[in-house]
Amino acid sequence: MDCKRPFQRQMRLEENKVEAAMNQAARHDLLLPEESGFLEGDEGEDTCTITQHDIVDVVDITSASKHFNLFLNQFGPYRINYSRNGRNLLLAGQRGHIASLDWHTKKLGCEMNVMETVNDVRWLHTNAMFAVAQRKWLYLYDSLGVELHCIKKFNDVLRMEFLPYHFLLATCSATSFLQYLDISVGKEVAAICCKSGRLGVMCQNPYNAIIHLGHHNGTVSLWSPSVKEPLVKMLCHRGGVRSLSVDKTGMYMATSGLDRKLTIFDLRTYKPLTSFGVPLGATTLCHSQKGLLAAATGNIVQVYKDTHITAPKSPYMCLSVKAPIHGLQFCPYEDVLGIGHGGGFTSMIVPGAGEANFDGLECNPYESKKQRQEWEVKALLEKIQPELITLDPTQLGEVDAITMEQKRKEQVERLGFDPYEKTRFAPRRKLKGRSSTGNILKRKKKVAHEEKREEIKKSVAVREKEQKESKASAANQSSQTALGRFKK
Amino acid sequence: MKVKVLCRNPDDYVRETKKDLQRVPRNYDPSLHPFEVPREYTRALNATKLERVFAKPFVASLDGHRDGISCMAKHPKSLSTLFSGSCDGEVKIWNLASQKCTRTIQAHEGFVRGLCARFCGTSFFTVGDDKTVKQWKMESPGYGQNEEPIHTILGKTVFTGVDHHWRDAVFATCGQQVDIWDEQRTSPMRSYSWGVDSISSVRFNPIETHILGSCAVDRSIVLYDLRKPTPLKKIILEMRTNAICWNPMEAFIFTAANENYSLYTYDIRYMETPVKVHMDHVSAVLDVDYSPTGKEFVSSSFDKSIRIFPVESGRSREVYHTKRMQHVTCVKWSLDNKYILCGSDEMNIRVWKANASEKLGLLTPREKAAQNYNQKLKEKFQHHPQIKRISRHRHLPKSIYSQIREHRIIKESRRKKEMNRRKHSKEGAVPFVPEKKKPVVAVVD
Repeated sequence: MDCKRPFQRQMRLEENKVEAAMNQAARHDLLLPEESGFLEGDEGEDTCTITQHDIVDVVDITSASKHFNLFLNQFGPYRINYSRNGRNLLLAGQRGHIASLDWHTKKLGCEMNVMETVNDVRWLHTNAMFAVAQRKWLYLYDSLGVELHCIKKFNDVLRMEFLPYHFLLATCSATSFLQYLDISVGKEVAAICCKSGRLGVMCQNPYNAIIHLGHHNGTVSLWSPSVKEPLVKMLCHRGGVRSLSVDKTGMYMATSGLDRKLTIFDLRTYKPLTSFGVPLGATTLCHSQKGLLAAATGNIVQVYKDTHITAPKSPYMCLSVKAPIHGLQFCPYEDVLGIGHGGGFTSMIVPGAGEANFDGLECNPYESKKQRQEWEVKALLEKIQPELITLDPTQLGEVDAITMEQKRKEQVERLGFDPYEKTRFAPRRKLKGRSSTGNILKRKKKVAHEEKREEIKKSVAVREKEQKESKASAANQSSQTALGRFKK
Repeated sequence: MKVKVLCRNPDDYVRETKKDLQRVPRNYDPSLHPFEVPREYTRALNATKLERVFAKPFVASLDGHRDGISCMAKHPKSLSTLFSGSCDGEVKIWNLASQKCTRTIQAHEGFVRGLCARFCGTSFFTVGDDKTVKQWKMESPGYGQNEEPIHTILGKTVFTGVDHHWRDAVFATCGQQVDIWDEQRTSPMRSYSWGVDSISSVRFNPIETHILGSCAVDRSIVLYDLRKPTPLKKIILEMRTNAICWNPMEAFIFTAANENYSLYTYDIRYMETPVKVHMDHVSAVLDVDYSPTGKEFVSSSFDKSIRIFPVESGRSREVYHTKRMQHVTCVKWSLDNKYILCGSDEMNIRVWKANASEKLGLLTPREKAAQNYNQKLKEKFQHHPQIKRISRHRHLPKSIYSQIREHRIIKESRRKKEMNRRKHSKEGAVPFVPEKKKPVVAVVD
């Protein structure tokens, strides 16, 4: 009935299953229908010299139609936002003009002027609702532009981020408040005073739903709604931070500051990987699904490739628009970069930016109304609670070693002995003279080396530790030179 | 210049006609499915909550007996047939599908003590307080005919239990001794006795069919081999065992329902200590029966509840009770692994679901897949405190609830006392006795 080590056996079985599932998923890659885009120059030709017109001339009509301009020079500059499936586009001019459109078919959803300053705009979980940060308060509108809510608890909002799996709208305000609104129940989940002045730079980490805020003193702080203090605070720039972006894997963060630097940080170690100068410093940064980085400086957009490996000598692609750029976003699942600027909106083709194969159950650009409704119910059912936002989202599936150790300690205390302790080998009593003193000794000898090995292992470990410590202290002494204190 | 821009043909992603199914392209790339663990956790939490919402285990109550139920038996071939014997000597045969009594026999004077069906299902045996063993046909008598047993054997002493061999025309009864009978003869082929005492129950091993187990009022469990003239082995426990049941999948495992509120699972190869002690009842355990998979068993108790235990766990996974159910004298796990039947003192037989939240009836393949997925998730996250709390939560009658608390206090104070004693006496004078070793008094070969 009982296997010798049932848990180990169970673990081994589980691991085998996981491995088999992984292999199967990898094999599934063969069946994926689409291939992602690319752009390669001829020999000696730099890809950044290729203009949009060159691309439009070469590619098919449908792709060519993805490069277009909207001339809206009255109410700009424009902030933009693509919906999660990349189908709908939201434009918000600073002087109150708001428009939503299905940009594939160019069909207008709604258009209005709120007659107020608009700071930012965001789609919520579907294209049925969006949030607008206006001069004073936060407003929610439906797809036809009907005002659903005016949330007066959220005032002077400058930037917003929507966390789709948590149904949270994170906002940061001019009064230095970071607030979270649960849009499924309409409750404020957390309001955190960051005490660092006007908060105009914000981005979310799509991997773990942590909010990154950039501050005037050059620091970037990481926030979770359940903690009142920043989880991490890192000094990134000598001047103020101008913009931030985190890539899809949650490993790399790009920051640009007033010191005219664009730096890529590794979020696992919080150390800079590469850094390069950008004229004037980038006002807006944005990562694509495939890891391209777009940086806007003045009225020029530069798209970089593989920034986390080396500092790029020249951009992957480049485009200059008519007026200073205000909003920038890669369209999900498309090779398109949306640019909102003073003169309206420009859609730029960036081959190789978007994920080629979408998953129909996550977000589907071609979903029907019925599918969307069903997805909404499912998504609401598996809404993740805000308390589960942590730096490592896989932590929940791991063994809680601390509690386990504590529990074991308590158990040992309660019982008065350690039930898990390995007992010393005691030979079984045998009959017919096989339990003579000599025989018992012989049997003990057979396993004696195991106990000895344990003891030796322990003593070796202690010795090694001591050696390491002595070495470290020696190194410390040697570093006590005049310049040693600057060494990290 | 070489360039390719991502361009999808909508026809590949949208259904052609309205009658088609919607197309759902999949991509299993983990980076497209973020928050895998928190989302699965949320799903597991929802599944656990729904499980508790849908936990309605009570199916039906079969009433008709005019006295307390004393014994029950399953039909080996027909899922819908159940035998039950009561304290006034009446035997009833039930059709479980229609929840009706199909036949009533006044079999004995006094209690019906034991009941078992023949392995082929054509007849069944009853023993009673009137010192007789009777064999009855499965078919009810024709019009105008009287209910007559096929055979009646008059014994010298009272019989307290009966069980039939799983393959041969041999059955065993118990009373003052264990008797092995050939169906064709009126005197026992063999009689086993070990000391003078009355034996309360006897069971054949379903796999190693010549092995028998019995439990006696002198607190002992005795094993016999039909091929040997003397009993095999005897263990004496601290308190008396009321019933035993063999694991139908593992020949050498059996579980004993003991008076000291717990059940002991034994391996007959190592009888010195039980493999597992199952605790949770708050009164004497009266009967036990294994599920046909051999992974779980159900026990009924004097505390007016029945509990389901996984074989390898010391605690029960489920407890069933109702306001009207009194001391549960006998319990059976149906052979399709779906239902539990229990007979109790207040003359009723109750039918329960073995899995409280299971949906009865046919399931569509999608329902089935969703159920399996949820089950796996619940297993994966079962140790998380919130999920554990919800899935363990049961409503208990006040009497059981307060008794559990009382027992906890008693146990705690005993442990403290022992610890203090150990602290203040010479080292080794008060040894640690594991819970498994405590109930065993002696093992006799």
